[in-house]
Amino acid sequence: MNRREFIATGGALIVSFALPARAQQKLPGSLEKAPMIDSWIRVAADGRITVFTGKAELGQGLKTALLQIAADQLAVDMKAIELVTADTALTPNEGYTAGSNSMKDSGTAILNAAAQAREILLSQAAKQLDLPVEKLSVQNGQVLASDGRRVGYGALVQGELLHVRAAPESRLRRSHTLIGTPVQRVDIPAKVTGGVAYVHDLRLPDMVHARVVRPPSYGATLKSVEREPVANMAGVVKIVRDGSFLGVIAAREWTAVQAMRALRARAVWEEQRKLPRDIYATLAALPSQDTVIAGADAALPTGHVIEAAYTRPYQIHGAIGPACAVGRYENGALTIWTHSQGVYPLRGALAELMAMPPERIHCIHMEGSGCYGHNAADDVAADAALLARALPGKPVRVQWMREDEHAWEPFGPAMLSKARAALDAAGNVSGFQYEVWSNTHSSRPGKAGELAASWSLQKPFQPSPPRPIPQPEGGGDRNAIPLYKFPATRVTHHFIPEMPLRVSALRALGAYMNIFSLESFVDELAAAANADPVDFRLRHLDDPRARAVIEFAAERFGWRTYAKRNGRGRGFAFARYKNLAAYAAIAMEVDVERDTGELRVLRVVAAVDSGEAVNPDGIRNQIEGGIMQSLSWTTFEAVMYDDKRITSRDWGTYPILRFSHVPQTVEVHVIDRPGEHFLGTGEAAQGPTAGALANALAHATGVRVRELPFSPRRLKQLLAA
Amino acid sequence: MKLDVNGRAVEVTAEPTTPLLYVLRDELGLNAAKFGCGLGQCGACTVLADGEAIFSCLTPISVLQGRRIRTVEGLGTADKPGPMQRAFIDMQAAQCGYCIPGMMMRAQALLERKADASEEDIRGALQPNLCRCGTHMRIVRAAVRAGELMRGKS
Repeated sequence: MNRREFIATGGALIVSFALPARAQQKLPGSLEKAPMIDSWIRVAADGRITVFTGKAELGQGLKTALLQIAADQLAVDMKAIELVTADTALTPNEGYTAGSNSMKDSGTAILNAAAQAREILLSQAAKQLDLPVEKLSVQNGQVLASDGRRVGYGALVQGELLHVRAAPESRLRRSHTLIGTPVQRVDIPAKVTGGVAYVHDLRLPDMVHARVVRPPSYGATLKSVEREPVANMAGVVKIVRDGSFLGVIAAREWTAVQAMRALRARAVWEEQRKLPRDIYATLAALPSQDTVIAGADAALPTGHVIEAAYTRPYQIHGAIGPACAVGRYENGALTIWTHSQGVYPLRGALAELMAMPPERIHCIHMEGSGCYGHNAADDVAADAALLARALPGKPVRVQWMREDEHAWEPFGPAMLSKARAALDAAGNVSGFQYEVWSNTHSSRPGKAGELAASWSLQKPFQPSPPRPIPQPEGGGDRNAIPLYKFPATRVTHHFIPEMPLRVSALRALGAYMNIFSLESFVDELAAAANADPVDFRLRHLDDPRARAVIEFAAERFGWRTYAKRNGRGRGFAFARYKNLAAYAAIAMEVDVERDTGELRVLRVVAAVDSGEAVNPDGIRNQIEGGIMQSLSWTTFEAVMYDDKRITSRDWGTYPILRFSHVPQTVEVHVIDRPGEHFLGTGEAAQGPTAGALANALAHATGVRVRELPFSPRRLKQLLAA
Repeated sequence: MKLDVNGRAVEVTAEPTTPLLYVLRDELGLNAAKFGCGLGQCGACTVLADGEAIFSCLTPISVLQGRRIRTVEGLGTADKPGPMQRAFIDMQAAQCGYCIPGMMMRAQALLERKADASEEDIRGALQPNLCRCGTHMRIVRAAVRAGELMRGKS
């Protein structure tokens, strides 16, 4: 190892990655989009450091991880840094906070920008102190010289010192003071003490409250509404109607709720009966755009052929706190405080909706209740914009009601899949075919027609034509290509443009359904081959990191020594999210009551490889959450509807996991890979959890369930049969 | 109307039929209790009335006169967190955190009634409250830890 590769500076290990030289080397992470260092890191004359990210805190612990990275590379305390998140006036445009991409995009950008900022400060100090850089080190926001002199970062920054284009390579500090440490989350103290933690808690001077009377069903039009009695209610400020968009503004929130209910009772709607009776038959019959995403030339499996088909219903994001936004319209300018996952795309959509230039709209992210994808956050921001314009000068706070959220948020799409494979004489897979049918998994704004309110206006907007998300990430076909080395693998994505129900990105997108299908099917193949499910997976996998998480989870679970008991069973599943993000393997044990169909998960063991682990406890928290959320989806959840309306409008009609069904133990083991790329983790556990649960259920009962969810009612019927 | 909130007598102007949640949030500026469903199905709005966990989204202030109302703000501050808050910070028992104040108040009610509540008791007591991020395991651990802190174990 030569000096260029390995330089010790001030006790901190510096590693310089020598990347192969290319004509136009790409910049790391989101630096490619915003290449100036001071777009990410600024140092004030008094030494204060501000770090900017275009990504948003969604409860995933992003702020803490980004502060760890920046503080580590700048050699300062985390408390010395102010972090500014998604804000159209202040931060880089990093699109959406989605796809488990924040560490890869923003984490990588800040890692490199902070490292390069430190190097620039060091060179500047070298000039000021007239010493070679080798005689300098950094500590606590200061440059220390070998002769004892020290100079603060603030004193080094003059003019536009950091206003330079980032280089493709950085000298990374490997001090391990913060990166790799389970630092406590910076946002938790306010959340457990009643601090202002969410946009829901924002109280601006003169703020008023609004509610929207949402249509009772898709496409319903408002024929008439008797406004007088509601307008005369004490505390009602204004009723706003634009076509079928109907809202009410009041001085107090409870008045707004009561006025909304009173208006709703007086509204006459014309509704359409167009929701499908049998969604899976409907999806199979709708026109699709078919793409063979792997193995176009692969022959269809023949010989000892095994086939199976799987279904997944519409499911909701189901934030515990309904969507909220605050809008203020003043002097032709609009400010929106929002928990949208993409402040810049939202600004674009609002500009079109309001016929305003984008530069007159300022979108500021504040946290919301956890979103898990594209929920109603953008829709309520549009409501706030429309209502604020109707009452210029006053901040208008709008929150959706529970029934709005359940009925109107864009659902995770219903899907179906079919798998077919052949086994050779040795019990190995000799051919593999998989097909998946799905709507789009992103109808996120960017255009006004993606905002629910826009469809109701006198001059309505149309949703943009739905598009598939291309591979390698994929949408409905995310993780449709198995990571296993199956010969003659052929995978087809049937993309269905027409959407019977409103859908968009729900955490993990198609990966949840595809991994559920593939991992269920792999167990079915293993059973046909008389092989242990873990062994069967390992013998079809080359990737050493994939093998490592599988072996680790199996070992910690006690897979080899498991003794089956009556009514109980074990299940295993594995995936690498998007085939390019974090690796996750999950083993679990379940208990099933045959008489009632009651399914309980007793214990779960997970192993995850997220590359270099910036905050191992943050990774554990995300994986635990992903497991629990997927147990809820897989055991309980399906949107209900009749031919006209969504009928699952609360937690009674759309039950989710409660504490009675929480496992006794959940263990998450993080395999740290220092020096490797950050790999997105927030969506890594959902698919494997569903697969492991299906496999454990089959092991416990001998019944293979291929339709989601595994509700007590469905299980009772299947187990009685 | 007069209410006793976190040990303080407060005069409120809301109509007596107003659910407590709206008075706490809009009139008293307290953030911890949250609107979740307005139906008593999720527990995000849970606060204590004379030590009993109630859904503040459903309880009109008219029935709360003379009762001791307590919210998460009454358990301590970010600088001086009380045992329940300390435990949730120690266990890093939050993701988005929206449901957490309701969880804390329900656990608080249990531990005040039964100081040596078991993990089983805690899981049972938390049944009315929903968490969507899947922080359940940590919430249970934090409530167990809070019990230990309250019993003077460090």
